[in-house]
Amino acid sequence: MSASKQYTELYAQCREMIASHSAPVLNALREEAYEALQTLGFPTQKVERYKYTDVEQAFSPDYGLNLNRVSIPVDPYEVFRCDVPNLSTSLYFMLNDEFYAKEQPKAALPQGVLIGSLAEYSRTHSDLIASHYGRLARSHKDSINALNTMLAQDGLFIYVPKGVVVERPIQVVNILRSDVDLMVNRRVLIIVEEGAQLQLLCCDHAIDSKNFLATQVTEVFVGENAHLDIYELEETHTLNKRFANMYVDEQRGASVTVDSITLHNGLTRNRTDVTLSGEYSEINMYGCVVADKEQHVDNNTLIDHRAAHCQSTEKYKYVLDGEAAGAFAGRVLVREGAQKTTSNMSNANLCATREARMYTQPMLEIYADDVKCAHGSTVGQLNEQALFYMRQRGIPEAEARLLLKFAFVGEVLDSIRLEPLRDRLHYLTDKRFRGELSKCEGCKLCK
Amino acid sequence: MSDNNQFVREVAEKKYEYGFTTDVQTEIIDKGLSEDVVRLISQKKGEPEWLLEFRLKAYRHWLTMEEPKWGHLDMPQIDYQDISYYADPTQKKEGREKKEIDPELMKTFDKLGIPLEERLALSGTAVDAVMDSVSVKTTFREKLQEKGIIFCSISEAVKEHPDLVRQYLGSVVPYRDNYFAALNSAVFSDGSFVYIPKGVRCPMELSTYFRINARGTGQFERTLIVCDDNAYVSYLEGCTAPMRDENQLHAAIVEIVVMENAEVKYSTVQNWYPGDHEGKGGVLNLVTKRGHLRGANSRLSWTQVETGSAITWKYPSCILSGDGSQAEFYSVAVTNNYQQADTGTKMIHIGKNTKSTIISKGISAGKSQNSYRGLVKVSAKADGARNYSSCDSLLLGSHCGAHTFPYMDIHNDTAIVEHEATTSKISEDQLLYCNQRGINTEEAVSLIVNGYAKDVLNKLPMEFAVEAQKLLGVSLEGSVG
Repeated sequence: MSASKQYTELYAQCREMIASHSAPVLNALREEAYEALQTLGFPTQKVERYKYTDVEQAFSPDYGLNLNRVSIPVDPYEVFRCDVPNLSTSLYFMLNDEFYAKEQPKAALPQGVLIGSLAEYSRTHSDLIASHYGRLARSHKDSINALNTMLAQDGLFIYVPKGVVVERPIQVVNILRSDVDLMVNRRVLIIVEEGAQLQLLCCDHAIDSKNFLATQVTEVFVGENAHLDIYELEETHTLNKRFANMYVDEQRGASVTVDSITLHNGLTRNRTDVTLSGEYSEINMYGCVVADKEQHVDNNTLIDHRAAHCQSTEKYKYVLDGEAAGAFAGRVLVREGAQKTTSNMSNANLCATREARMYTQPMLEIYADDVKCAHGSTVGQLNEQALFYMRQRGIPEAEARLLLKFAFVGEVLDSIRLEPLRDRLHYLTDKRFRGELSKCEGCKLCK
Repeated sequence: MSDNNQFVREVAEKKYEYGFTTDVQTEIIDKGLSEDVVRLISQKKGEPEWLLEFRLKAYRHWLTMEEPKWGHLDMPQIDYQDISYYADPTQKKEGREKKEIDPELMKTFDKLGIPLEERLALSGTAVDAVMDSVSVKTTFREKLQEKGIIFCSISEAVKEHPDLVRQYLGSVVPYRDNYFAALNSAVFSDGSFVYIPKGVRCPMELSTYFRINARGTGQFERTLIVCDDNAYVSYLEGCTAPMRDENQLHAAIVEIVVMENAEVKYSTVQNWYPGDHEGKGGVLNLVTKRGHLRGANSRLSWTQVETGSAITWKYPSCILSGDGSQAEFYSVAVTNNYQQADTGTKMIHIGKNTKSTIISKGISAGKSQNSYRGLVKVSAKADGARNYSSCDSLLLGSHCGAHTFPYMDIHNDTAIVEHEATTSKISEDQLLYCNQRGINTEEAVSLIVNGYAKDVLNKLPMEFAVEAQKLLGVSLEGSVG
């Protein structure tokens, strides 16, 4: 039986149960998604955008699904201390796909800002959510979208109304917690209206050493002249599989930064599609990957320039050790009429061992003439001369290598605008390179 | 501005220079493709049993395959049963011996600037002239033979040097390779065969000139170049076709084997009929070209100037098996009107300390689409592999497209692979600078484009470079409004 059939059959059997523990707005799209997944199946590696990740294999094992919404007895505030020093964030938790609402940060959010369970808010703000939910992440376009739309019962909703500036960054910690192998389908909807501003930090953690398979579909709507920074940090374990699709739509003058940092993981596949719908909008995408053992990280991005005078920057850096496999496929599409587009993409990779593999594919597709687009991509090793220089000055070779690796990813980390987070990440990557991975001090999980 | 428009109109109406047809009695077999047709072609060429077997195997395999669709191309439906797979213009007229070449044919090649009379030829180039399915004449054969060099049509090679052909045919591009390679292996007609023996430096440029003439036919030539240890050869390829309303299919295979310390330079100036300004007609150029650098320290360089064809879909590739082997790929691809190109290269590093360079320049104008697609693969054993790729695209006009799809698969930690690409339009500063100095816009564009493509044009042999430069000018005329 093909893996996708396993899920469509499950849905066919548990339709009512899934719907009864969710909300009408989410249920409205399930049937369409079910049909889409039946038609599409899971993509094989012959499908261009899934060339480097075997989806079938990842979804084949039998995972448990918490369709009945049995609550998980854990207090994240008790077990989790992975805060970033000096960065006072409004801290929220997602337990698997459920928003943890029992306790919330004391600092009040600005007037009108909503953050909480997607299913809950879709009952109270059904018009707002119905007019956005599933509009960007179309089921018939991607099997992961279809699967997630078909099975997701809850998730996260963030809404920043017109003109509101959220000064204090919002931090959402996703915790995977289970006593059995578990599949989690999390849905995220973010709406940042005209002139609003938000900084969002999402951290992925898994606290049990079970096999986890998490799909996450995020839809982000950014209004005119709005600002949004999203930092996604993954620090899970080698048994974790993550399939995350993010869709961003930007209106005129909007500015979005997406930072995706994978420090420790099992198998990760991030797809990020950004549509620049309005003139003068801007997108900055940064990625930093540190992988070893048999870790697999596949970042697949698309920046769709639909309007003139837009700017895009993409910078991804990979450090691969052990038998890790890295893949980066970035596509910049400049449509006819999107004149005065400026686009820069770069992908630099370090392979530290013979067994490490890197696949890179920076693509430009341009249908307008008055543009400036460039991309560059390199795969190589640490600079021998630089190593030699440092050793001459009495720095041991191992230390010199570390310093160079550190400087290599530093370029991406320096792009982070939240200073305390930047410092913290410098610290975490430094530790990661020293092999003391994902043991964050003060966090009870890691002790 | 009105002057400019006037000029544009004039040029737009200008016809493809090589679009004439030759009225020569041509024997064309019936349209359609079947095992019988494959047998008939083989029989007409008087081929040995093993070659017929090769063709039939390829044909049977082709039947099991599907036409590929992954190119960034809008391909018209090709009806493989509506093409004649063999056309022979050397059919003897009454009262004339077969040996003599029809004067009409001689005139055609003269008109194309390819003299078949050795005394008229510029010194230093030997030519194999192929029209439709048959090689018309190969010049300077005797002179080359003195050095042990074999330069003849592949049909003759099959008869005269069967062992060599049998050893190498299909060894670089097996018939299973892809859809069009299988088709070609089944029905291939003439092409050139070159063998350079050990230690010989070929004293002149070898050149093949391909011409499609007959209506409703396709061309399926096959070229095989074997360069033995310590040998050197520079090979040129040129092509033209008459103007026809229908699309003509050209599916060729070029195989190159390079042995130890040997060097091969392969240059192409491709100027098949590109279709008219409305995108009607034109040649579909679907070619498989591959070189195998078998020996240590062998070298191969592909240089191509692609200005013709309605659709160009090819990736001249190199398999770098020999330790220390080096491969280069230089390409200028120009598309105008409704032309489409999806071209680039594949560099497969297998041997140790291998090195490859890719320089690709795309120029798109009119409503054309121009894509670079390339693969750099470094296998786990290819220690010390080095690659540098640079792909630039120039856009002239707001309705054309320029695309870059590079693939890099790196399985070795000692590899250094770099890729960079830029896409932009002609710099207005440069245009203004030229205009200020009394150079009109059209000429200025031509100047800038030639400068832009210079890295590649410099790699072409002299006579070819001059032709290519002119061709660039002509192909882009009328693209600046």
